[in-house]
Amino acid sequence: MRKTFRVLSIAVSALALTGVLGIAPTAIADDKSALEKGKKLAFGIKKGNCLACHMMSDGDQPGNIGPPLIAMKARFPDKAVLKAQISDARAKNPNTIMPPFGTHGILTEKEIDLITDFVHSL
Amino acid sequence: MKKLISSVALLIIALPFVTVQASTPAEDTEAFRSYFKKAVPDVKFEDFQNGVYALDADSREQWIEIEEFPPYELAIDKGTELWEKPFKNGKSFASCFGEDISGTRAKYPYHDEAQDTIVTLEGDINKCLTDNGEKPYKWKKGNIAAVSAYIAYEGRGKKVDVHPKTDKAKAWYDKGKKFFYAKRGQLNLACADCHVYNFNRKVRSELLSPALGHPTHFPVFRTKWGEMGTLHRRYGGCNKNIRAKPFKAQSDEYKALEYFQAVMSNGLELNGPGARK
Ligand code: HEC
Ligand code: HEC
Repeated sequence: MRKTFRVLSIAVSALALTGVLGIAPTAIADDKSALEKGKKLAFGIKKGNCLACHMMSDGDQPGNIGPPLIAMKARFPDKAVLKAQISDARAKNPNTIMPPFGTHGILTEKEIDLITDFVHSL
Repeated sequence: MKKLISSVALLIIALPFVTVQASTPAEDTEAFRSYFKKAVPDVKFEDFQNGVYALDADSREQWIEIEEFPPYELAIDKGTELWEKPFKNGKSFASCFGEDISGTRAKYPYHDEAQDTIVTLEGDINKCLTDNGEKPYKWKKGNIAAVSAYIAYEGRGKKVDVHPKTDKAKAWYDKGKKFFYAKRGQLNLACADCHVYNFNRKVRSELLSPALGHPTHFPVFRTKWGEMGTLHRRYGGCNKNIRAKPFKAQSDEYKALEYFQAVMSNGLELNGPGARK
């Protein structure tokens, strides 16, 4: 219960943060469309299908097998660590249920980069 | 090549999990049951034969409504018709299974020591046809599911009671067990990943059923199929979902898997045919 509460409060502060930063005038159109691409790849059933297991952003009907992907910058200050988790989660947990997206060729390197950027923005 | 190496490496990781513990089927069954009992203490043992409906009150209500006009009823009717229809040689299914089939469903699956194979109900339905000079049915749906549904219906209320006794039978059990716990497919998932370690959680909006009780209610009318299907049809579907090449219905792999799943479900009531989303 306490844990849920903590996750919630992280979610709320993350929301508050994006609320502020989201309207920052420095947001470049290019970045935005790259993030959109990453989001599409992450949500797509034939691609990342991350929503099968993770609550993330405004994704519809998420599963709850993995932890919610929120406040990612706080938990993954180093983007390379995040990318490694997506490429092959077995490095961290050999028995993980999360598919090895890079190693098994589910996603290309480029697709993983786009997803990493998107997830990092959550 | 890289893919190949990684899947070999992964097998090595996955295997100790299964083979290190030298346990008997009865011990495995006990451990399996207590795992689920501990995970969802409020669910009664007898309720595990009801899949996700043992876990979630809302979908259980919908399901009970569906059961008032069971979608598998037509299949039972069709199965009865096929059961009674004489073959060209004048005999019928009763010549293979006997007149009283109240105990027939509960005999399967079993290990045939002489042939060293697992005999399934569907296997024997088709064997009865070919032994009598008839054409066998297709394996996953249609007539085979209808006859299987009729036999399941007549055999409702008996309990799953499958015990590997000989070394050969035990080898089939072990093969099924290994299959169940091994990661496979592009998504690298084992049956156990979804139906043991993460049962009662959701993949997207779908609640994952406990593997305890999986085989009790087959064949099943699945809303998504809009028709009946056998247990091996469902196995194929779950294998496809993880982007693994499905095995053929009634392949040795799926027969071993059915055998293992039955042993895990010992003591639960046979309540087929069933209805599922
Ligand atoms: C089949 C289930 C499944 C799918 C699909 C899945 N994940 Fe995961 N993920 C998990 C689980 C379970 C964990 C928890 C850690 C573990 O067990 O490895 C996890 C952990 C993570 C973490 C670490 C979270 C943390 O706080 O430590 C990240 C980041 C992540 N996943 C991103 C993704 C992305 C991005 C995708 C899609 C491209 C994805 N996952 C798809 C199951 C999944
Ligand atoms: C990615 C997750 C996943 C994996 C891996 C998986 N399944 Fe499933 N399975 C499901 C979902 C979702 C359903 C439909 C909801 C339910 O009843 O669990 C299902 C349904 C079933 C059912 C029907 C349950 C019922 O009550 O009618 C059986 C039997 C089954 N799976 C067996 C297996 C076996 C055996 C394997 C391994 C070969 C396997 N599954 C692998 C997700 C999975």
